[in-house]
Amino acid sequence: MAATGETPSEPQLEPTDDQTPPAIELPEALRAELDLLVRKYPDRRAALIPALHRCQEELGGWISPRTMEACAAYFGLEPVDVYGVVSFYPMFRLRPPGEHVVGVCRNLSCDLRGAPEIVAKVCEITGAPAGGTSPDGRFSVELLECQGACASAPMLDLDGIYHENLSEEDVERILGGLA
Amino acid sequence: MSGWPTFLLERCKLAGSHRLDVARANGAYDVLAKLLKDGTPPAEVIAVVKESGLRGRGGAGFPTGLKWSFMPDPARDSRPRYLAVNADESEPGTCKDRVLMEQDPHGLLEGALIAAYAMRAEAAYVYVRGEYRTSYDRLQAAIDEARAAGLVGERILGSGFSCEIHMHKGAGAYICGEETGLMESLEGKRGHPRPKPPFPAGSGLWGSPTTVNNVESIFNVPFIVAHGAAWYRTMGSEKSPGNFLCGISGHVERPGVYEAPLGISARELLEDFAGGVWKGRALKAWIPGGSSTGLLPASLIDTPMDHDSLRDAGSMFGTGAMIVLDETACVVRASEILARFYDHESCGQCSQCREGTQWLHQIFARIERGQGMADDIDTIESLARGMAPAKTICALSDAAAIPALAVVRHFRAELEAHIEQGRCPLRSAGAVAAREGVPA
Repeated sequence: MAATGETPSEPQLEPTDDQTPPAIELPEALRAELDLLVRKYPDRRAALIPALHRCQEELGGWISPRTMEACAAYFGLEPVDVYGVVSFYPMFRLRPPGEHVVGVCRNLSCDLRGAPEIVAKVCEITGAPAGGTSPDGRFSVELLECQGACASAPMLDLDGIYHENLSEEDVERILGGLA
Repeated sequence: MSGWPTFLLERCKLAGSHRLDVARANGAYDVLAKLLKDGTPPAEVIAVVKESGLRGRGGAGFPTGLKWSFMPDPARDSRPRYLAVNADESEPGTCKDRVLMEQDPHGLLEGALIAAYAMRAEAAYVYVRGEYRTSYDRLQAAIDEARAAGLVGERILGSGFSCEIHMHKGAGAYICGEETGLMESLEGKRGHPRPKPPFPAGSGLWGSPTTVNNVESIFNVPFIVAHGAAWYRTMGSEKSPGNFLCGISGHVERPGVYEAPLGISARELLEDFAGGVWKGRALKAWIPGGSSTGLLPASLIDTPMDHDSLRDAGSMFGTGAMIVLDETACVVRASEILARFYDHESCGQCSQCREGTQWLHQIFARIERGQGMADDIDTIESLARGMAPAKTICALSDAAAIPALAVVRHFRAELEAHIEQGRCPLRSAGAVAAREGVPA
């Protein structure tokens, strides 16, 4: 959980490269999926967090203001309610990430087994600063809190897939093909 | 290192253990099928779980059967009833539920169905932390297989018992492992814990009677129902019966998740299971049950791993997740990391926690950097005493205060050395800079 950037700044709420007016509708296929999701719960809003996960996966790896507006419309909520939820949960991104996202756990069990060296190696290979995105936009590096891989530390998460029991050589092998 | 019965991880060892055919061929759903065939009264199931003495494995150690018995009588309360399985495993050091979910999802589903049968819940929600993709996918696949086989959904195995099981994905907030924070999150809100009372059994999910149980707690249930409370009590200690899953991490030769009876000595776990402290080094400190349980010095390594013994030793059993620090580890750095974690994870509702976690983080960080002030240790103690015990809506504040007080209690000299020398005495300045690599 918990991607923590090293130089926290206010989330960028206005996408600068997108001049199109807000779309209130979600893409049709996604909407159809959400229609199934809400049926799992006695109250529609309960599907909000799983729905935001699907939106983030399908709509650029982050939750843009327009996605928040579209979700608000879908769930019958105010956009600020959706923002309140999105901003509470570390897995939701308020800024677009790089093409690949590499998360490294730096909590205690991982730290004791060399997480700082893994972070340094990941930053070296990707050219991204810890908690930021590489200048070419290919990689974001997130520093994570405990991921439940304590007995197989250190670990990294590449685009949602765990890689565990890492050595620096493993990091080279895993990221080498992408960098 | 053996000589006691093991049962929790047995099926996990089989090839394809997550598939229904393999699981069923090895006993999965047999207990549920028998209950439904015999028409066992739900109250009898609650009674045997109560009698077994099973204590919740999510950290608090509350008796599971007793928790179940708080659910109101359905004859007098017509509201829908829910079970929530807490699979938001996020306590640093804890990685045991993941093994069960990935390797034996049907075992968990059977336990959830039996729990739902006992409490007459119409649906169960499995709240899995969002990062556990394999756990989520395996459980969802298991639910789909079980539903196709008539084991989940309407009229299970042709009986009058119906129960839906739904997967629910969290989004990375530690506080959602707290049962009322979990319920808020499951309702699609920020994971702010709710003041108690009302307790979940009175008013939980959507205002309905709800019980929240940890994955490992639920996983124990089919075994207890199959073999009885007396069998369960042959393992473990009188007040903490049964086996538990111990995740051992940090400076050990063989980190892993091991099954052992409660009451086993921490030394036996460390030496016989985990192969001892790595690289032939000496033990400095160990955290018995996840980051919220205060660390203990090497001299207490013979403490039995159970709720009462660890409480008497000044710590807690927690999630049974042991983190081991060797003689080269800096306990101030460890404290800084844990303080940073709680600072990050505080939901911010209660001022003691919101402010206290932030200050603990800052103070440990400056001590580790050699910028500690003469009265910092007193400040840590006074802050932590203002945060705990039980001064806030939930126990996160306590969880942050406890490790801070433990390090002052057992390693005051190391804190003082950092402050007096203006640096971490365990590492040269150059090594620190190289190791940090990134601003920490």
